Amino acid sequence: MGKSLTYSSITKKIIMSLAGLFLISFLLVHLGINLLILFDNTYESFNTAAHFMATNPLIQTFQWVLFIGFIIHIIYGIIVQLQNWSARPVRYMKKGYSELSFFSKFMIHTGVVVFIFLIIHFANFFIVAKFGHVDEVTYKSGTYENLGAVVVETFKIGWYVAFYVVALLLLGFHLEHGIQSAFQSLGINHWRYTPVIKRIGTLLSILITLGFIAIPLVIYFS
Amino acid sequence: MDLTLKIWRQASSKVKGQFVNYQVQNISAEASFLEMLDILNESLVAKGEEPVAFDHDCREGICGACSLYINGRPHGPDRGITTCQMHMRNFKHGETIIIEPWRAKPFPVIKDLMVDRSSFDEIIQAGGFVSVRTGGIPDANSIPIPRRNAELAMDAAACIGCGACVAACKNASAMLFVSAKVSQFALLPQGRIEAQERVQRMVAKMDELGFGNCTNTYACEAECPKEISVSNIARMNREFLSAKLISHKEF
Repeated sequence: MGKSLTYSSITKKIIMSLAGLFLISFLLVHLGINLLILFDNTYESFNTAAHFMATNPLIQTFQWVLFIGFIIHIIYGIIVQLQNWSARPVRYMKKGYSELSFFSKFMIHTGVVVFIFLIIHFANFFIVAKFGHVDEVTYKSGTYENLGAVVVETFKIGWYVAFYVVALLLLGFHLEHGIQSAFQSLGINHWRYTPVIKRIGTLLSILITLGFIAIPLVIYFS
Repeated sequence: MDLTLKIWRQASSKVKGQFVNYQVQNISAEASFLEMLDILNESLVAKGEEPVAFDHDCREGICGACSLYINGRPHGPDRGITTCQMHMRNFKHGETIIIEPWRAKPFPVIKDLMVDRSSFDEIIQAGGFVSVRTGGIPDANSIPIPRRNAELAMDAAACIGCGACVAACKNASAMLFVSAKVSQFALLPQGRIEAQERVQRMVAKMDELGFGNCTNTYACEAECPKEISVSNIARMNREFLSAKLISHKEF
């Protein structure tokens, strides 16, 4: 740990970008499974998928890799931000004017909200699913914990839906800058591919945000 | 035009500074920004007051001495231009102009609007050169260089080391400056020989001096008077990563 704090600025950014890009794979898998809940009134497909994720040994191992990815991304994010603040001890009177990359200025802010969301989200679903009591439901394919019902129940709570939507919107802003920025940090800046990467990054952040937000909204208003 | 100037005054690095308001009258739209400050200083001297200290040298936009953070922008409102080349036609009669020094921990204020930018020199001393031992001048065209590389190296070498990138960056990061200096050598065969050592030494020095990290906001590129591209930062990241992975020595 001691040495990792003294890594050079570029090494820290490279580690952060690799961890960040890796976390997107988690978001996509998570979104894919979540969306199942909307297309099945009995939640059979969702509960089956959730059961698979909770029991498959490969996924369970990968869960720890994912957890480490989160920790690395967050810790380096905080270290980098603290260094950045200390690099300008006397602030400007007139706020800096810069026309480019609006969301990049708020990565720590959007990141902090997403982190708080993550903790609440963890307490609401992950801990309940892992350690709490969840009613069981029996389908033709077998008996599973009815996590789908837990999700729907939670998404009937107004303030939680509101918080969820806001947090996911901010995650979208975080991704909009983060995805393309990660490639630049890794040294990938190409006259042909960079515009494509930027477009894919924007598209992905919109898809991820809308996909996640659609679920509580549909449940709450139906 | 008549203007109100809100200028940072600080007698030395040891004392606290504050903003002082000044009025200037009958400024021509054709005057450069520094000429406007000269007029202010002449009036201050005539009144027996201490003139405002600011850096300037060539006044042709090539030396990198002038600085000034004007109304929230390094080198003021025009694009791709230094303060000395920026003219008063960019301002309106009756306007208040806020003039601040570059703000960054590695750029301490010496006096008023002058900052000590020797940290940039230290970064150059760490590796921003090609070691030349002996020998005569090589024949022209004895080392073939692709035209594109020559162009990119020249674009990077256009950096005048004024520090506007650091001043503009919300993190006071020097990545655009350092990457321009790394790139101008990394793109040419003469610079490749020491490329791995150079990038590691220069980045280590940059970090040691207390510049911030790059968050790819690209305010540096937007404010750079020489319009140095942030693609140089990506090139430096690549150079650094490969040097760390391949190089036999760590610096």
